[in-house]
Amino acid sequence: MDLTYGKEYEEFREEVRAFLAANWPPKGAEAELPREEGKARFRERAVTCGYLARSIPKRFGGSEQAPDEIRAAIIREEFFRAHAPGDIRGIGSMMLVPTLLEKGEEWQKEKFVPPTVRGEFIWCQGYSEPGSGSDLASLKARAELVGDEWVINGQKIWTTNAHNADYMFCLCRTEPDASKHAGISYLLIPMKQPGVEVQPLRQMTGGADFNQVFLTDARTPRDWIVGKRGEGWIVSRSTLKHERNSIGAAAQSTAMFAGLVQLAKSARRNGRPAIEDPEIRQRLAALEGTVRSHEYSGYRQLTLDAKGQSPGALQTMNKLISTNIGHEVAKIALDLIDDDGLLDPIADRAMGRIPSGNRGWINQYMYSLGIAVAGGTANIQRNVIGERGLGLPRDAYAQGRPGK
Amino acid sequence: MNFDLSEEQQLLQQTVGQFLENECAAPLVREIFEGETGFDPALCKGMVELGLAGLHLPEEQGGAGLELIDLALAAETLGRAGAPGPFFGHALASLAIRLGGSEEQQSRWLPRLAGGDAIGTVALGEEGGLWQPEEWTLVGDGKLCGRKLHVPYASLAEVTVVGVAGGGLVLVERSAPGVEIAPVGGVDRSRRLDVLDLDGAPCEALPEGRTAAPRVRDAGLVLLAADAFAAGSRLVEMSVEYAKTREQFGVTIGHFQALKHQLVDMAVEIEPARALYWYAAHAFDHIPEEAERAAALAKAHLTDIAMRVARAAVEAHGGIGFTWECDVQIWFKRAMFDRAFLGTPAVHRERAAQLAGW
Repeated sequence: MDLTYGKEYEEFREEVRAFLAANWPPKGAEAELPREEGKARFRERAVTCGYLARSIPKRFGGSEQAPDEIRAAIIREEFFRAHAPGDIRGIGSMMLVPTLLEKGEEWQKEKFVPPTVRGEFIWCQGYSEPGSGSDLASLKARAELVGDEWVINGQKIWTTNAHNADYMFCLCRTEPDASKHAGISYLLIPMKQPGVEVQPLRQMTGGADFNQVFLTDARTPRDWIVGKRGEGWIVSRSTLKHERNSIGAAAQSTAMFAGLVQLAKSARRNGRPAIEDPEIRQRLAALEGTVRSHEYSGYRQLTLDAKGQSPGALQTMNKLISTNIGHEVAKIALDLIDDDGLLDPIADRAMGRIPSGNRGWINQYMYSLGIAVAGGTANIQRNVIGERGLGLPRDAYAQGRPGK
Repeated sequence: MNFDLSEEQQLLQQTVGQFLENECAAPLVREIFEGETGFDPALCKGMVELGLAGLHLPEEQGGAGLELIDLALAAETLGRAGAPGPFFGHALASLAIRLGGSEEQQSRWLPRLAGGDAIGTVALGEEGGLWQPEEWTLVGDGKLCGRKLHVPYASLAEVTVVGVAGGGLVLVERSAPGVEIAPVGGVDRSRRLDVLDLDGAPCEALPEGRTAAPRVRDAGLVLLAADAFAAGSRLVEMSVEYAKTREQFGVTIGHFQALKHQLVDMAVEIEPARALYWYAAHAFDHIPEEAERAAALAKAHLTDIAMRVARAAVEAHGGIGFTWECDVQIWFKRAMFDRAFLGTPAVHRERAAQLAGW
């Protein structure tokens, strides 16, 4: 066991630090550029040096580096420390790009991957529907081929960022007579067209990060399909062997916990700092046990990933563990802020801005519930852990049945 | 960055695991558990032959020269098998002599302890939940008086390391006058406890006892955390296995989401916590500034969740889980031992809070 990164990697870290010192924040004439342009120039240089877009081939605007979990972790740590712009984290680069690289046509990769990696094409994901949540494959949005175009009708929901997106990658039913999973295709759809209507979906915090998207005779070219007709389900499940960021989620939990300890130091109880209260100390230390377990398990997964070994059931658990920590942080924070718990999270802020101070903790109190649901509810996560992690039998209801 | 076991460490766990599978199978565990002494000489001898009595002792004293992480991995493997016997107290006593004893004391005791010619134990806890070195009250200049509770296998141990007022450590031999030992009737029948009454018993101070005592306590916390991890994960495995075989309504009960989710919640508590005890064990030898707090956090967290998992495991087994014949009780009770010995989770969470400067 050795919790340092070792000589080779520490040298690499020095190299990354030197690069950051020279390039971020922008120097000289570049410091005068508009912020977004300065970021774009920086990212371009970071790609050239192999620090960003590491899993993307060079011909599609990436740096095409051999997978190396530890280098990736060092880059994230150092970029985070320097507040430097990292990889574009949108759903386009995180989900669509790996899918296209694995399953897309050559022209699709050329057209869509480079601008997405640069952050110029914004994407949204058209998966969930009002009637298809956990049972996603029951989705009903129809796409029919009319001449050289797909004509799409249906409704998508929980569509993060649809109001800003240029394109949607969308699961549609194209083969109505096929069985449930085999009737779905994976289409790319331009958002800026008359047949696409985006309605914001305001969440309980008052912010609006999601949308409903109504598709009414929306159109997209015949060849904007990824994979063949009826292969959409398989295409949507495909993931590349890319750097998994197994400690990223844990690092967020650790940072959140550190924030909570700060809150306990500044908040008051009975006229004293709340952190002196025996009950608060017990709850913080109890939560820290879970937080550190998550953090150190991240080190272990990083080690195993780097060796090409599987951490087994543990890797199915990461999301649920982060969710549980988020809930517990929120509960303790709500007790610490005392009667500020009467405040509305964003009453004094423009819509959609993340509030600070105690209102921020109220936002987190509610938002942690959204996180628990997003990308598969905690109970769906439990099914995955139970079935894939512990080898328990599949729920009889979840076996495939026809889609109609 | 390498947060994984070395090949040697994996081999150690495999070797010990294989030995226990052959020599400490469920029927024998049950027999010892139900027996009078909680001790099986043949099993103990086998463990000594594997080197378990001196893993952490220097090679020149007959040990294997390994670290706390290796000892903790052995503790986990023993715990997984529910192996009964004096391993835990013996490990702490020999560590105390190693860390606090004079050269003469070390060479007098360590080779015999490492070779299994003598068994050692520790007498730390006192009436009122006084487990920590700064809380000990026994006094005696050469002759020791007072009572120590919860001494593992004192009746078998030739030498006992006793914690005394001021946080020091002394050696007391079982054969000495003024030493009285009586069984406690402890909850964990795989690790028996005695009461040690001392009435002017001759004792011999460990010169570096005060430095050694908190280290011995921290090592104990890590070993208990490792054992709690073993108990919790073994109970998860047993419960999952039961859910895969027990049938109701014509299917195995593992099909039912309510039970599946309960089993997952148990696994999600225990599985990541393996890394917590590894970290604490690693810190003991390599990250001195974090060692004390890491041990406190690991003990508090692991023994707390192991107990939660143990209660859930009884429920997951239904009525059979509540019976004496069901083996769930063995690890349930080991988890109870781990939780209370050296102080409850609340005690060590408060210590962790203090050590963080909260």
